[in-house]
Amino acid sequence: MSEPLPAAPAAAGSTAASAAAAAPATAPAVARRGVWRTLRRRALFWVSAAVLAVLGLVALVPSAFAGWFGHPDPRACDLASSAQPPGGGHVLGTDVQGCDVWANVVFGTRASLTVGLLCTAVALAVALVVGTLAGYYGGWLDRVVARLTDVFLGFPFLLGAVVVLTSVGSRSAVSVALVLALFSWPTMARLVRGSVRTVRDAPYVEAARAMGLPDRRIIARYVLPNALGPVLAVATIMVGSVIVAESTLTFLGLGLNAPSISWGLQLSSAQSYFQTSPHMLVAPATVLTVTVLAMITLGDVLRDVLDPRGRS
Amino acid sequence: MTDAAPDSALATTSGPDPAPGSVPGPGPVLEVRDLTVTFRVDDGHAPDVHAVRGVSFDVLPGEVLAVVGESGSGKSVTSLALLGLLGRHATVGGSARLGGAGREPVELIGLERRALQDVRGRRVAMVFQDSAGALDPVFTVGFQLDEMLRRHAPDLTRAQRRERAVELLRLVELPDPAERLRFYPHQFSGGQAQRVMIAMALACDPEVLLADEPTTALDVTVQREVLDVLRRLRERVSTSIVLITHDMGVVADLADRVVVMRGGEVVETAPVRQLFAAPRAAYTRELLAAVPRIGTPDRPSGADGAERPALAFENLVVEYRDRRGRAVRAVDGVTLAVQPGEIVALVGESGSGKSSMGRCALGLAPVTSGSVEVVGTRPGHDTPKAVRAARARIGVVFQNPAASLNPRYSIGESVAEPLRVHAGLRGPELERRTAELLESVELPASWVSRYPHELSGGQLQRVSIARAISLGPDLLIADEPTSALDVSVQATVLELFRQVQQSLGFACLFISHDLAVVDELADRVAVLHQGRLVESGPRARVLGQPEQDYTRRLLAAAPVPDPEAQAARRVAAAC
Repeated sequence: MSEPLPAAPAAAGSTAASAAAAAPATAPAVARRGVWRTLRRRALFWVSAAVLAVLGLVALVPSAFAGWFGHPDPRACDLASSAQPPGGGHVLGTDVQGCDVWANVVFGTRASLTVGLLCTAVALAVALVVGTLAGYYGGWLDRVVARLTDVFLGFPFLLGAVVVLTSVGSRSAVSVALVLALFSWPTMARLVRGSVRTVRDAPYVEAARAMGLPDRRIIARYVLPNALGPVLAVATIMVGSVIVAESTLTFLGLGLNAPSISWGLQLSSAQSYFQTSPHMLVAPATVLTVTVLAMITLGDVLRDVLDPRGRS
Repeated sequence: MTDAAPDSALATTSGPDPAPGSVPGPGPVLEVRDLTVTFRVDDGHAPDVHAVRGVSFDVLPGEVLAVVGESGSGKSVTSLALLGLLGRHATVGGSARLGGAGREPVELIGLERRALQDVRGRRVAMVFQDSAGALDPVFTVGFQLDEMLRRHAPDLTRAQRRERAVELLRLVELPDPAERLRFYPHQFSGGQAQRVMIAMALACDPEVLLADEPTTALDVTVQREVLDVLRRLRERVSTSIVLITHDMGVVADLADRVVVMRGGEVVETAPVRQLFAAPRAAYTRELLAAVPRIGTPDRPSGADGAERPALAFENLVVEYRDRRGRAVRAVDGVTLAVQPGEIVALVGESGSGKSSMGRCALGLAPVTSGSVEVVGTRPGHDTPKAVRAARARIGVVFQNPAASLNPRYSIGESVAEPLRVHAGLRGPELERRTAELLESVELPASWVSRYPHELSGGQLQRVSIARAISLGPDLLIADEPTSALDVSVQATVLELFRQVQQSLGFACLFISHDLAVVDELADRVAVLHQGRLVESGPRARVLGQPEQDYTRRLLAAAPVPDPEAQAARRVAAAC
């Protein structure tokens, strides 16, 4: 049902093709307006895509990056060299256990990205389905969703996650992501519902209904593409907040299990030493910020380019 | 009542005598010279837009100066520029000297913000189109008037302010003004709200009142009420009125002199009678010719006398629930049929139920009782599948073309949509048909890949028509298809509509508030008022010799684009 994103570029591509067939004279003008052609002219797209590609690579093969400065093993810690500032063999210094910060940041990428992206993707998927149905059809489903989201919103997010996680036996990045998604989809669903409702009564949707189009097509081609903008913006921001939420849970001993490595864990262990050794906080905080910024920028650029009005 | 005095005084070309009640002054109240407005687009990445290019005109004491033009002519931008309301992307050049008799002259362009705020409201006031939206819904009208007076006339006492507020409401002819001060904006009708806005604008005796399309959002009978108030106002206050409008009828009714604008330039400036009688500029002539007028000759009806109507309403009742769950009757027992091949116009003011009937035919509004039969099916009785199949034989054109096309679809995709879904066309066949359809509404076939935001209103409405006729419909429902368009564009779209109807021969339910447009197009006319059918019959009979009072009122309320005729109508109405 929800194929809005792929639909837009595909549609643009097909018209470009049809226009080229119908009137070859205008072909260059049409091709200029394609999604990819516009996208590749945006410097911001390349910057954010490159950042995310590097992060993805790091997450896949951390061992290839960890050893660059001579300390490839994040778990080889030397308590004697605890909390050393950057310099010498430890390019980013060491943490309070004497572990190399660089290696930890590199190895933490996988867990953090998994939690952030998976949780957002699951929450977004559920929210899109539920929110769209509630927003488009209204009625009892809408009332149920509204009350349900009220309950979830009134319930402290972390407390809920704590309760569920204590009852979950083995905890991995995937299970943590799913639990976080369980508690974050209602906010998103509410957003989707509101956004869909504003579009639902737009004259072009009414025109589509008057044409006798099936609901599936109206939702997929008329409602969702026009309602997704604000939702995607929030989803990209959510990736960051989920990564931080994972760190809080882990700090409480409820997130990833003890020997795990994640940015969140580093952040939470570093914050108590912030005044004496700020370097322990700076490194994971920076990568987290860069990740979130890259996500947001990419989301922004994509939203802009997928909207015909944003294409030059 | 009418006043004949200004008419005689202002028929002269240069320096008309001040109208009665105005302060006699030597020069103009507002002198605009070489005004230019340039917008920076996209932070300078796109070429600048020159919205106003060297506009000059004078506003004389006590006169009504109409600034007319179509959308994009720069008429609104001009007025906003005078008050410094354009925002930081605009660069304003030239000069605009404000200085009524006995008041300190001031140059408005380039005035610093503090001084400008002092001018706004006190010396130059503005009335906007959407009066209901311009009044704050959570305060009483009395409070809002009081606040205005407190801000601009701080030396008045509380009692004096109240007295002045009552006087102002009396000035715009609201009944029980003292009582009305306690009313909230929602308790006023649209016309009354606009009159309150005018009262508020006049609170500080401004030298110039800028009225930007003050009656455009109103029904004709309500528009009449506001125009009457404005007209009589001139005898009571000295304020000059700059009336920005696209409606030649309003111009003919109210203006003393007219400035015609196009593409950011002044095309012609003339006294109103001279402009209508002998327009000098070619554009003015075009503009006047495009205005639809009542009284087109007879023409053969397209109805083919088949036994089964394309659309039939039988005792139709439509009720909506309001916020408190009470039933509001939008359509109240209407029986009406549209025969194959004929155009039936549904005429009425807002709230008359005309749009609800159109929506009923499309299955977008609930049928409370009675029945609707559309191209042989009855929505609500037959299976949804049959009803949906019938939709393939109905075309729709909505009022706002920019909003009724999916912004994510290219216009080719929009036009192709019914063909793709209902006729199952794909590939080259679909492309061929789409191109044909675009050409049939006089758009280049190469535009298939353009997006709605790249087209003008008139072009978009052509796209809508192409989409509506793509399956060769038996019935077309057009809900105010031209009321969002400029007059010259409206004329061409109506012409196209007529051609298409003649060649395809579909039945058409044409919903409109504009009697002149209806007169040009329809075979039969049905007049609705508050959900009831007032009168219906052949066009020439209903519009020529109306039987019902309401129809007569409706006909009389629409101002005709001819100052002489309009003056005569006023005299007749006064008797």
